[in-house]
Parts: sequence; C-alpha cells; structure tokens
Amino acid sequence: MPHHPAPLTLADPPADRSDPGPGAPAPRPGTAHRRWPSGRLRDAHRREAATAWAFVSPAVLIILGLSVLPVVWSLLLSFQANDLVTPSRWVGLDNYRALAADPHFSQAIRNTLLFTVLFVPLSLVGGLALALALNRRIRLVGLYRTLIFVPFVVSATAQGVLFSFILDPEFGAANSVLSRLGLSPQGFLTDPGQALAVLVGITLWSGTGFCVVVYLAALQDVPESLIEAARLDGAGRRHVLRHVTLPALTPVTVFLVLWQTIQSLQVFDLVYVTTKGGPLGSTTVIVYFIWEQAFKSFTAGYGAAAAYVLAFALCLIGVVTRVVRGRTHPQGAAR
Amino acid sequence: MTLAAPRPGTQPRNATSDAAPGVGRRRPRLPFSAWHLLLAPLALLFALPLAWLLLSSVMSDAEINRFPPALWPSGIDLGGYRYVLGNALFPRWFLNSLIVSAVAVAANLLFGSLGGYAFARMRFAGSKVLLVLMLATMAVPFQLTMIPTFLVMKRLGLIDTLGALIVPSLVTPFAVFLLRQFFLSLPRELEEAAWLDGCSRLRVLFTIVLPLSRPALSTVAVLTFLTTWNDLTWPLIALNHDTQYTLQLGLTTFQGQHHTRWSAVMAGNVLTVLPVLLAFLGAQKSFIRSLTSTGLKG
Repeated sequence: MPHHPAPLTLADPPADRSDPGPGAPAPRPGTAHRRWPSGRLRDAHRREAATAWAFVSPAVLIILGLSVLPVVWSLLLSFQANDLVTPSRWVGLDNYRALAADPHFSQAIRNTLLFTVLFVPLSLVGGLALALALNRRIRLVGLYRTLIFVPFVVSATAQGVLFSFILDPEFGAANSVLSRLGLSPQGFLTDPGQALAVLVGITLWSGTGFCVVVYLAALQDVPESLIEAARLDGAGRRHVLRHVTLPALTPVTVFLVLWQTIQSLQVFDLVYVTTKGGPLGSTTVIVYFIWEQAFKSFTAGYGAAAAYVLAFALCLIGVVTRVVRGRTHPQGAAR
Repeated sequence: MTLAAPRPGTQPRNATSDAAPGVGRRRPRLPFSAWHLLLAPLALLFALPLAWLLLSSVMSDAEINRFPPALWPSGIDLGGYRYVLGNALFPRWFLNSLIVSAVAVAANLLFGSLGGYAFARMRFAGSKVLLVLMLATMAVPFQLTMIPTFLVMKRLGLIDTLGALIVPSLVTPFAVFLLRQFFLSLPRELEEAAWLDGCSRLRVLFTIVLPLSRPALSTVAVLTFLTTWNDLTWPLIALNHDTQYTLQLGLTTFQGQHHTRWSAVMAGNVLTVLPVLLAFLGAQKSFIRSLTSTGLKG
C-alpha cells in the first residue's frame, strides 16, 4: 500500500536481461525431451507449475486484488454518487462536469502545479550542485553526505509537526531568530501568501537529499577516461562539467524529473499535518482535495473522479518522459 | 572551481587502495580543503531542524513559551518525555506501529521471496503476463486506489483495526520485483545441483538462494519498514479510534490536542523519528545502494 520511494520503474520496466525464458531452470525444453519420456515430463511440468502458482499466489492475490480491482472500481465510482455507506447511484459524467466547474478543484490544480513547478527544478538544481560539491575525497565528506540525506527518512508527519513548531508565529524559533536580527516576524504557514512556498521549502529540506544521492551515484559512473581525454585536449574544469559530466547525467536527470514530479503531484501528508489545506485554501493540493471529498464530505464518487483526473495527468507525464528519454538518450533502454 | 580538493571529483567512493597514491593511509594525509567552508555550513543547515527537534524535546515548557523563546535549553528537562510516555495512548501507538511494520517486513520478505523466486526460476503458464501486470501496478498512484481499498477493507470488516493496515502492506510489487532481479543475478548452477539431487524448490530457496541474497533482503526490509512506519495517509483513512492509531497518526492528533505542551509534542516527535533514523544509520550502505541502483537500472 504505501508507496515505496524507489520502485522507479514507472516509465521504464527493466529489461529482462538474463531472463531464462520459459523453461527455467530445470527441464530445458530441448534437452528435457531427450532425457525423459513425455508422460513423466508432463507430470514434472504440472508439478512445477503447481508449485510456482503456490509461490506466487499470495503476492498475486494481494497485489492484483488491491490494485487492479480498485483501479476498475474507482473508474466505476467516478460515474456514481457514493457516500461510502449507502448503495451508489449512477450519474454518468456528472462528477467530471462538476469538477470542471468547481473553483476549489481548479484552485487545487493551480496549487499543485505551483508546488511542482517550484519543487522539481529547485530540488534537481540543488541536488546536482550539492552532489558536485560532495563528489570529492576530503575529510568528513561522509558525514556531510549523511547529514544532507538524513531528512529524507524523516516522515512527512514528523516534518510537519516539527516545522509547525519552528515556524509558529508566536512561539517559533524562526520568528525569534528574525526578531533578534531586527527583522519583522512572518506568518509562515498562517499567511495565505507564504504557506505554499513554505511547504515547498520544507519538502526541499527533506527531498533534495534524494537527488543528491542519485546524482552522486551517477557521477561516480561517469567514465574517468572520458574526463581525462577531455583534459588532455585542453578542456578546463568548466568545459569538462558542461560537455562531459552534464551530458552523461542526462538519463538520471530525466528519471529524477519524473520521480520528483510524481512525488510533488501526490503531496498529502505534509499538508494534512501543517495547514489542512488552509489558510484560505492556499495549500489545498489535489490529493488533499480528493481525501476531503471522499472521507470528509463523503462524496466518494466525486473524489474518485478527481483521482482519475490526477491519474490521467501522471500517465501523461509518464508518456511524455518516455518520448523525451527515447529522443535524448536512445541507448538508454539498453543500459 | 580552482579550490578543488587534491582528488578531483570523479573518484569512486570505495576506490581500492591501489587506485591512487596516498589512498592507502588516506585519512591522515588529506590536507584541509577549502570546500569545507562551503560544505560544513550547508550540512549544518540540513541538520539544524533535527538538532532543534532534539533540543526542544529536552527544554521545559516555560523556556519554550517565553517570548522570544529560548534557543538553547538551560538544562536537560525530561518532562516532555515523561508526559508522553505517561500518556496512556502514546506507548500504544508505538506498539501499533511496531506491529504493523514488523508484520509488513516479515511478510514482504516471505511473499516477496516466494513470488520473486517463482518469477525468476520457474516455468508456469501465465508467468509473463502476471509479471507485467504486477509491474504495471507499481505505476498506479495510491490516490486512485484508496477509495475502493477502503470499501474492500470495509467489506472485510477490517476498518478501524490494524488488519486494515497490515493486509494491503503484506507484499508489494517492489519486493517481488527487486528479489526476482536479484535471484536472476545468482549463478544458476548452485541451485541446479541441489535440484537434481532431489531437493524441493522450497528447500532450494531457503537453504541455497536466500542465504546468498542478504543484500537484496535487507534492502526490502529497510524500505518496507521505512514506508510502513512513515505512512500517514492510509492509517488516517482506515482508522477511527485513537486506541488503534499508529504513531504517525497519533502524533498529529497529539499535536492538535497539546499544542501548548510543545516539549511533550517534540519528545513524541523524537520517539517517532528515532526508529527510522536508527534503521537508516544501521543500514545506510544498503539503503543508499537500494535507492540508487534499483531505480537506475533502466
């Protein structure tokens, strides 16, 4: 149920590199026929298949039962009026029509897009810069890496609770520091003009470390021979960075754009803990809207329709990324 | 850029000692680098909120509620911790989270191994289709499935019990897939020998394959623990009574009810973060490896 941080195969199912093909490992089709008479072979196959099904059935039952079934159910729900208790009523496209006219939904979309547009580039640029700075052998560099990455494992709940304390307009440390510096106190999460930006800031604190780690790993894969060759040709550090290192990072960057975008379109926990969508709806993001419709107002069909709009957007992003990736890095699929 | 350290950027982190002169005894020999002037403040900036979390958890409420609030505790006051642990519900939430996470980890290891092994090594009708279907479910956003999942759990009578949290997290496609990929990378000959000696599949898996799969198993364990322990959305939907809450859900409620007792809220927050922090620091290497390698092998 909870989404793992790293399935990462969304647009990119890993290639079956060493897949043995049907017939692994034991009776390989060709040889087996020679070794066994066909009756025993069929028996062995049948036993093998039965064992295999026994092995996969828990996973299949739970994974497919709790995602394929709900995906279809959700689609049906989106054409119904449902309050989670009484039987639902078919309403056709009414939910979608209502969504198109709902100012709260369009506000939620605007907020989500703004969040994404701020968070994704900032976390990537920041992550790349930090990775470049951290990618050297100096004392304490391991400690620096750990400190920068550690907020990533802190739950959104804990982040939210911590930052509503730090940013509390009256008792928070942030305003206390500001007043000591002679600056005027800020409303932070209570100010409709600031709240969303503050949430982006909190998410950057915890989410940039992921980009750093991924970029660091990729930087260490850049072939040193390439860099040395460029050096020998007289390229300065800046040229090496621009013409060797950055191009080598393109596939990773594409992946990170996709990954961070998906993360920011699905932001919920932090909003729930800190602002509950307020003040004045300034932090109501799409998932918060869906949750509110389904589990607070008990208009589950309406929430399901909103969820389908979100899913469609995610799908679109996946497809676009695939196309872009195919174009900029044609050999990427073979990696 | 001219301030660079003696070994410029691209050296692999775990370079073997023959990779460069001076690496053999590298710690004492590295000269001070000007990069510290940039990196140390940045690293501290990232650490600051967590340091503040720890500090405020040992402050007294008087110190916190003063205006302007104190930025450094005058002494260590464990009143917050005493209040939180004396609160009848908090230990309960901790236990609930522990139960759900422990079951999720154990179940993911077991079902992930079984499923992953069947997909990696066994031949059965429909395996390809099933595998693709399972992979596809990784791309389904949770928001799309949460409403029907709630309805399913309601039919099963599990809403407002820990079962509603446990059942959906028993096995993730991620665990199955990661383990399958790892099993494929193991040499097949080891298993074939045992298999031809008449060992059952189950025995081969448990006595030969799994002992060789520690890195992949620890990756699955750590990531499963992290995601189940940290989840808020699903517990929020599936649970109603505060005796059933998980720690994350409990913490938000606790904050709502005790917003004048910040030291207690922060003490609770420390206790919420501590388990994942320890898990991360304990398994840092495999954790980072899993984040970077599983995703990028495209």
